[in-house]
Formats: sequence, structure tokens, C-alpha cells
Amino acid sequence: MADITFKVFRFDPGTDSAPRFDTFVAPLFKKGLTVLEALFYIQEKLDGSLAFRASCREGVCGSCAMHINGKYRLACETQVSELGSDGVIVQPLGHLKVLRDLVVDMEPFFAKYKYIKPYLMPGSPSPEREWPQTVGEHAKVMPSIDCILCACCHASCTVTATDPDYLGPAALLWADRFARDSRDNSLDERLRLVDQLHGIWRCHTIFSCQEVCPKDLDPTGCIADLKRKAMKRKLFGH
Amino acid sequence: MKYHDVIIVGGGLAGLRAAIEVNMHNLRAAVLSKVYPIRSHSIAAQGGINAPLGNHPRGSYDSWERHAFDTVKGSDYLADQDAVVRMIKDASARIFEMEHWGCPFSRTPDGKIAQRPFGGAGFPRTCFAADKTGHMLLHTLFEQAVKYESAAERGEMKIYNEWIVTSLVVENGVCRGVIALELATGKLEAFKADAVIFATGGAGRLYSNSTNALINTGMGMAVPYWAGVPLKDMEFVQFHPTTLYGSNILMTEGARGEGGYLTNNKGDRFTANYADSRKAMEVAPRDIVARNMTTEILEGRGFEDAYLLLDLRHLGEEKIATRLPGIRDICQKFLGIDPVDQPIPVQPGQHYTMGGIDCDKDGLSKVKGFYAAGEAACVSVHGGNRLGGNSLLDTIVFGKIAGEHASDYVVGKADLGAGDKALEDALAREEEKLKKLLSSTGSEDPSVIKEEMQKAMKDDVGIFRTKEQLGRALQRIRELRDRYKKIRLKHTGAKYNYDLMWNIELGGSLDVAEVIVAGALAREESRGSHFRRDFPKRDDEKFLKHTLAYYTPDGPRLEQSNVNLDHWAPKERKY
Repeated sequence: MADITFKVFRFDPGTDSAPRFDTFVAPLFKKGLTVLEALFYIQEKLDGSLAFRASCREGVCGSCAMHINGKYRLACETQVSELGSDGVIVQPLGHLKVLRDLVVDMEPFFAKYKYIKPYLMPGSPSPEREWPQTVGEHAKVMPSIDCILCACCHASCTVTATDPDYLGPAALLWADRFARDSRDNSLDERLRLVDQLHGIWRCHTIFSCQEVCPKDLDPTGCIADLKRKAMKRKLFGH
Repeated sequence: MKYHDVIIVGGGLAGLRAAIEVNMHNLRAAVLSKVYPIRSHSIAAQGGINAPLGNHPRGSYDSWERHAFDTVKGSDYLADQDAVVRMIKDASARIFEMEHWGCPFSRTPDGKIAQRPFGGAGFPRTCFAADKTGHMLLHTLFEQAVKYESAAERGEMKIYNEWIVTSLVVENGVCRGVIALELATGKLEAFKADAVIFATGGAGRLYSNSTNALINTGMGMAVPYWAGVPLKDMEFVQFHPTTLYGSNILMTEGARGEGGYLTNNKGDRFTANYADSRKAMEVAPRDIVARNMTTEILEGRGFEDAYLLLDLRHLGEEKIATRLPGIRDICQKFLGIDPVDQPIPVQPGQHYTMGGIDCDKDGLSKVKGFYAAGEAACVSVHGGNRLGGNSLLDTIVFGKIAGEHASDYVVGKADLGAGDKALEDALAREEEKLKKLLSSTGSEDPSVIKEEMQKAMKDDVGIFRTKEQLGRALQRIRELRDRYKKIRLKHTGAKYNYDLMWNIELGGSLDVAEVIVAGALAREESRGSHFRRDFPKRDDEKFLKHTLAYYTPDGPRLEQSNVNLDHWAPKERKY
């Protein structure tokens, strides 16, 4: 059983003057061992003070996004063997305040998501049955609807690093998801919220978000879509 | 002390639906969730949600009566029929409501909500959003909660993220609120409420081989149990036939609903060889398929004596990509295989807790002002075996109903805001307990206790059970409970102390595990998911009854209660 060395970011802003890395050695105790399982091993067997979030352990809940060997990803679906190294370096999500160890303050991230009004606004009373929607219309909201709000994109974005008010790739992806929905009827309002100094125009099309998204989504493309819609509105009024 | 009109514990589908309902009634609702609500286990539901919409070409003759009957029959007649009828009659309205709120359901060619066949259902009636139905529904409800969090025209709605409820406060049979621990600070706080709704999900993590999220520890069932609310039918534990070999991640029943095969090491579709799955084959109800798979493995027709194959290759890449993209993704990421080219290694695994907090068809427990909904609750609409696609339905139907009744109760309540003394006393008790736990110098390692509990449950309280196994498991769990009293935490800090959180919950897990084993031992018959090798027949005379378990310090006290049989007389369950 090979041993793996984990260097894990540690910081308690209340008591520590500076962050540090702790080194733990854990055995590769099962086939397909994930970074999340290794973190639990460390917490349960080596150092109970290690703090990290986790829930579904299957890549769908978005709790365990973190920076692992140079890339933002979900710890639960990252297998240690795939990293191709016997050293694993784990750090918290970037551009969000560290509360303790790998736990960051998600509030600013969710505040941006909430700001863009992430809910359907049909603008007319509901029918008795479902809103009719063709397979083609439904396809337009895909795959953005798969977003799990893990914040990997937010952490990887170079613009969120320099403009804390930038709405960021996740919130803008959700704005676009609703703007694309054939059942939604509030494009003016959606564009009003994102067509602003800290909105869509802040995106520098660097594609970091798209590169790290664990669901293979394309926030950059969604932002471009909103830019096109906003320009069309301005030039042609529709 | 914080005060809200109605406190909802749990931020999954049932909890958020209840909170939205309370908010619609212009009352002050607060959701206490130990994770951010969208991290709740509802997110992981894959296959779909049942309603007799009749949108499928083969479903045009479907009706609420047929859906209700399938549910009752699937439950092996242990479901309360009046409750089932109520759930199904509300089904279509709740699903259309979710659609109106924006849920991106997959569509039929004529633009309606698409439906697919599922186990134990007479018609294709499972509405779905690819194989991520739980994700789409939970996001939709979270979006509605966000909308009304900031809406001035409705009552206050507040979400407390990362709080763990440790105690339910009941005074003379009336619910007064809860005590909860804030993970960020490690502080306990009393929450006064005129009504409390528990929607805390299932208890899958009592088992090592569960599909459930790690957070599904059963703590949400233990808390009311300690406060005197009985748990009902806890011996009925659903094992899902198809969970990924090794990690037990769910491979949706939808994979079989879309036409997937189950094969053994001889390449046979073995479901044809068993009387109870001969006709429906892979889409027989879950208890039956899981049993037949286990028999195949035990008789040497599995692979490595551990798994069978779920073969989707004949469905073709396009169908897999549009209908089952989530499970394809999981197979690629966790096993490095693509189900388009290779069959998926699967084994049955713990999946759903049919039992739960005893409540009636309004979600109300025997304690005034205390309600339960969703997987945490046992109404019972699932009886001895839940049909796939009925749990999501249960969450949104009974989430709404519990929210509605709790609101009406609060509006008519005479002593609003009473209970300060009881809450202060309870807070002091919890603080004392916490202090004791943090300063314990015992010698037991709680992570070892957890592993042993999960192993005992997997080995001896699984799909096939015997008196000998259950007796052994009961003894083991009791021994672990004693050892738990002597645990020593590895970390005693206040902020984000996950060592503390997981191990507080372990205390709840052990007591709930004991209830499951005691119930299974007492139920000397086989019904639904509960199969006793020593009592292989259903025994309606003695056991067409719910099991109620009341907490006592020496272990559960068991009673029986009647099953509602208003609509259909029990018959032998044949498929």
C-alpha cells in the first residue's frame, strides 16, 4: 500500500497569525481513493481539527470544491491516483474569505447569485397544466441547468480577484439560463441587472471558469450570450 | 433566544416546500439546515417523480386510482391507504406547480412533461428531468425560497445555514421549539417556535453500503425520538438494486426504465428466472429485484461474489446522452468506464428509509405543533416498500401539507410564544451535555464505533435477515451505544468543529440503528423490503400493523398501530 503525502492548507483567522500547510501521510487504502475520502481519513484518524465541507460524495451537491494540485475541482470525484503524483496539495477556494482551513465564506458568492433574480419570471398567470415547451426550447437551457453552485468558476476567475463586486461566472450563467428559458418573459429586467459596470462587460473572456467547471459548463459562453442580447437590445430595441 | 412562528428543520425538498407554504400563509418561517439547502440529499435523486399525468402514449389510461393502487400494492399493503390516496390526488397539481416555478422537466415531442416507466407502476408515469430530477426540483424550490426571502409582500423567511438541531423541546405534549448548535461558532442557541416541522431526510449512513449523502445520519429521527415522539416502521429499509460497485453511488432505476438489462456472469437476464420478476423483468419493484440480485450473487452467479452487470449498451449513445447523462458522468469519473461501451458493475445497496417519525396524513405527530415530512416522516405512504419515483412526490406533497397545517395551527393557537422556561431549561441541559462531551477523557475512538455500526448493519440487517443475525446485531449496537458513552473527541475547538458535529450525530445514529434492529427482530414475517429467512411468508393476522418505537433509556419500547385499509383489501402481492 503506497503512502500519499497530503499538504493541507490550515488557517484559523481567529487565532493564527498566518496560514500554514500541515503535512499528513495517508495510505492509499482503497482502490479509487478520492481526495475527499483521504480528507476524512485525516480528520478521523490523524487530526480531528481539520475543517472541510462535504455532503453527497458523488459530485452533485457542490460542497467540497477546493484547489487540488493546481486546479479547482470537487474533492469527492477526484481520485488520488489520477493526480499522477504521490503528493497532494489541498487549498481552499480562492477569492472567498477563509473561515477555517478549507471552509470559506460562501455568502458573497450566494449574494451575487441571489442578485440576478435566479427564478422564473413568466410575467403571466400560470396555465392549468404545464407551460408547453418544445424539446428544442428545452434544449436551450441545457446544460446550464446542471450548475451545482460549487464556486469553482468563481474561485478560478481572474476578474473576481480584482473586482469583488463583479457578479462572476456562476451568477451570470444563471441569469443566462433564465434568459434562455422559453417560459421566462423578463429579458428587460434580467439585462438591467447584468448590463452594468460589475456585470457582463467585466468578463475578459479568459475561459478559466469553463476550464475548471466540474460539470463541463460554459459560463464564458453564457456571458457572451448575455452580451449579445444586451447589444441587440441597445441597437435594435429587441 | 430566537423566535419564529414556524421552524423547519432540513432544507431539502420537503423542508423548502414546507417553508414556502408557511411563507405563503404570511407567517415567519425559518429553515435550520446543517448544510446549505442545495447541498441536501434531495439533490442526488435521479430517476423522477410520479404522477398520473397521462403524457406518455402508453399512459393515457392512467388515473389516480391506478397510481394509488400500485403504491399500496408496492407497499405490501402496509401503507395507509387514505394517506396514499391523498398524496396521489395532489400529485399532478404539485408537479405542475414545480413546472410553473421553473423546473426544467424533460419534454415529450408535443411539448409536455416527459414520463418514463418505473418499477411496480402499471403505466409510464415517472416525470423526469434527464436523470437529475432531484437536482432540478431542489434548485427550483431553492429559487422560490430565494425569491421570497427578499419579498416584502409575504411573511419573513430566514434560512440558517450550517446549524445542527440537537434537541426538540416539548412541554406537556406541546412543541415549544428546538435547541441548535451553530457550526461556525460552536454555540448552542434556543429557537422558540409555535410549530416545528422536521424534514431531515433518511438514515442511510447507518449502513456502510448506502447511496445516501454522508449527512444522512438519522440524527433528525433521533432528536424527536428522544423527545418522546415514536418512530414508525423503521425495520423497513429499502435496498436499491443498482448501486455502483465499490462506492454504492446510485445508478437510477430510470436506467432500467429506459430499457437497461441486468445480467449475471453467464450473460443471462436472470430476472426472468424468478417468479416475482418474470413478467416485469428489470422493472419489477425494488425489493424484489434487490432480493433476486442478492440470490444470484450468493449462488455464485455474480462477479467476484459481489456484483452483477447493468447493461445499457443496446440503448445507444444518443439515448444514454439525453436520458441518462448523469450516470454516464458518474461511471466515467468514478470507475473510468463509459456505459455506452461497457456494462456497469452494480450491487444492491441501502437507499431509502421507509420508516420514520410517526405522523398522520396532515404531517402531525402525537405532539401538538410538531410535524414531519419527507423521508424523515412515516405517514405512511410507502409501507413495506417504496416505489421508485414516489419519494420525490412524497416530499413536495407532504411538505406543502405539513406547512399548511402547521400554519393553520399557529394562526389558531392561544398561547403564542409560550415556552420560554422550557426552552431555557433545555438549553441549559444541552450546554451541560456539550460540555461533558467536549471534556470527556474516555478511551473510545468514535470513528471506530461508526465503522463497526455500519458494518453490523450491512452484514446482519440487510436484504435477507434471520433471528440469529438480528440478535447478534442488536447486541452489537447496544455494546456500541455503551462504548459511545466513553468516546473522546479529537478536537475540542469551537469554530467549525466537524469532529464534534459528526460525533454528536453518531449518538443519534446508534439509537436509530437500535430501533431498526429491534423492529426487525419483532416482525416475524416477510413483507416488502423486510425479508426474514426464518419467516418467509407475510402474516397479515399478526403483522398487518405499523411498528411504533418509543424511546426509553434501556432501548426502544415497541407497540403496534393499525393500518388504514379504506380502499383495497390486502391480497397476495404478485407481479
